[in-house]
Amino acid sequence: MGFDQLLFYVFAAVAVLGSLLVIGQTSPIYSVLALIVAFFGLSGLYVLLEAPFVAVVQIIIYAGAIMVLFLFTVMLLNVPREGASDWDRGHPHVRVWPVRLGTVLGVVMALQLVWALSRTVGLGAGVADQRPAASEVSELGRVLFTDYMFAFEVTSILIIVAMVGAVVLARKREN
Amino acid sequence: MPLGHYLVLSGLLFAIGATGVFVRRNIITLLLSVEIMLNAVNLAFVAFGRQFGTVDGQIITFFVMTVAAAEAAVGLALVIGLFRHRESLNPEAFTSLKW
Amino acid sequence: MAGLLDWLTAPQTIFFLTVTMVVFVALQLSAAVMVYAERKVAAFMQQRYGPYLVGPKGLLQPIADIVKLIFKEELKPKAADTLLFAAAPVISAIAAFTAFAPVPFGASTTFFGFLDEPMPLVVADINVAVLVIFAVTSMGVYGIVLAGWSSNSKYSLLGGLRSSAQMISYELAYGMSLATIVMLAGSLSLREIVDAQQGYWLGFIPKWYAFINPISFLVFATAGIAETNRAPFDFPEAEQELVAGYHTEYSSMRFALFFLAEYINMVTVAAVSTNLFLGGWHGPFIPEAYGWIWFLIKLAVLCFGYLWLRWTLPRFRYDQLMSFGWKLMLPLATINLLVSAAGVLYFGL
Repeated sequence: MGFDQLLFYVFAAVAVLGSLLVIGQTSPIYSVLALIVAFFGLSGLYVLLEAPFVAVVQIIIYAGAIMVLFLFTVMLLNVPREGASDWDRGHPHVRVWPVRLGTVLGVVMALQLVWALSRTVGLGAGVADQRPAASEVSELGRVLFTDYMFAFEVTSILIIVAMVGAVVLARKREN
Repeated sequence: MPLGHYLVLSGLLFAIGATGVFVRRNIITLLLSVEIMLNAVNLAFVAFGRQFGTVDGQIITFFVMTVAAAEAAVGLALVIGLFRHRESLNPEAFTSLKW
Repeated sequence: MAGLLDWLTAPQTIFFLTVTMVVFVALQLSAAVMVYAERKVAAFMQQRYGPYLVGPKGLLQPIADIVKLIFKEELKPKAADTLLFAAAPVISAIAAFTAFAPVPFGASTTFFGFLDEPMPLVVADINVAVLVIFAVTSMGVYGIVLAGWSSNSKYSLLGGLRSSAQMISYELAYGMSLATIVMLAGSLSLREIVDAQQGYWLGFIPKWYAFINPISFLVFATAGIAETNRAPFDFPEAEQELVAGYHTEYSSMRFALFFLAEYINMVTVAAVSTNLFLGGWHGPFIPEAYGWIWFLIKLAVLCFGYLWLRWTLPRFRYDQLMSFGWKLMLPLATINLLVSAAGVLYFGL
């Protein structure tokens, strides 16, 4: 097995295990930390796909900013483990059958996706076989500011709206 | 690496995220599962972008990341507001329309 | 297997391992040197002698400190989260060491003919080096916030949250001034940014970005100090305010790791500033192959500047600190970016 293939399996395993830990275990802080580990695995996969800029931006934005936001919220709200009955008085028990049914549905979805992909033609070719990579940051910038200019401007408005909305929604009412 | 491997991984991560949305009874973990799904989609975009040799896949991932960031910010602000109202983060505590 | 052995004994691999070991050891030694220099500089600025008993002129004082820290008792609060309590200083230290990896400290060298082709003096020659440093610095926030949370004590939690809020606020001004320099140099690779600062105007003024864009330099240096939680931005760990902030409950080697991480972060910020603004390893009178001497000299001057600031300026209060970062540094850096962009377009730099 080539070194690149080995790295693919290692990073894929890290991403999948991290995601499974996110949904599998009860403490929210550990969920957030497991997701950060999964993001590192995904970042490695982006490096293998010859997209170094996306890999680093994934760490900066997702693991470095969005997850810090989640971590702050979890710490400030002092979120306990799920189903801790002494705190969640309204709904003290974890309902067993919905959890099992949900897991079954998730597994069915995974199997459906894998089955659909296995019946698609043209997926056997290597990712790097046909065309050379376009990974220069200058090329990214050029295409972003020419072809995708409208989306870029709309995204900036979206960010301002989200900022203002978050501040307004989380503000304490002065009663 | 064949493109199929990357797409299967992306599908698997998407299914894991969807399972999280079905199974978890904590709003913050629900938001985390949605983030997993968005990342799975990003991976598929970058893999296809690499196969066709263009940067378009990578550029779309920027927009997905930005939307994810905005959605996480507003979602968490809503969670804080909800928590102040009902002192619970279980989505089943918010099933009645009127208090 | 034979291929693996060939790869292991190839000149490039040996060079790479040597550079990595040298950088690793040099960072730890630099932390020790900074500890000693801080106490001596503080002492001379306060008109007293610093450490002078241990070794000639107190030079063995850092070793005495390290020995003391090793022999202290490892305490852990009973209600502390064990895994996170142990992992937080490790995360801080890993982020501190990794942040120095993409920083080049010398010109490309064949190491006296040992190598076939010149290789740069850097642990990891990445073409998006500037962004990687930014990313790893963002990871350092987790060490602090997890330390504050896992200690399960009021002072630690408040200190950890305040400290990490300060760090992520100043990352914005940090990133904006980085973006200005990247625009001027036209590359994200630190090596190319340093090489773009070669040469002299009028024969004697070096073409540093600190002269072309002084506002960017000041914003970057200030944001760097705030990022590393150094005075005057060290409210979250000020002894008089919050006991010791996020590392209140830590003792012995875990505390030493935090300490080490803080000093190495400072050295990394100074090193990155040197490369971005002060021309890195270029300088007169010394041949290019020994450019790392100039790098060390500039690094030492910047570190002395950081020590000077600590013992001269009073501490910012937390709300003053945050409003300084958001309302002054960030708009200043943004306007500077716009003006620099106009300059690059107009003057064709």
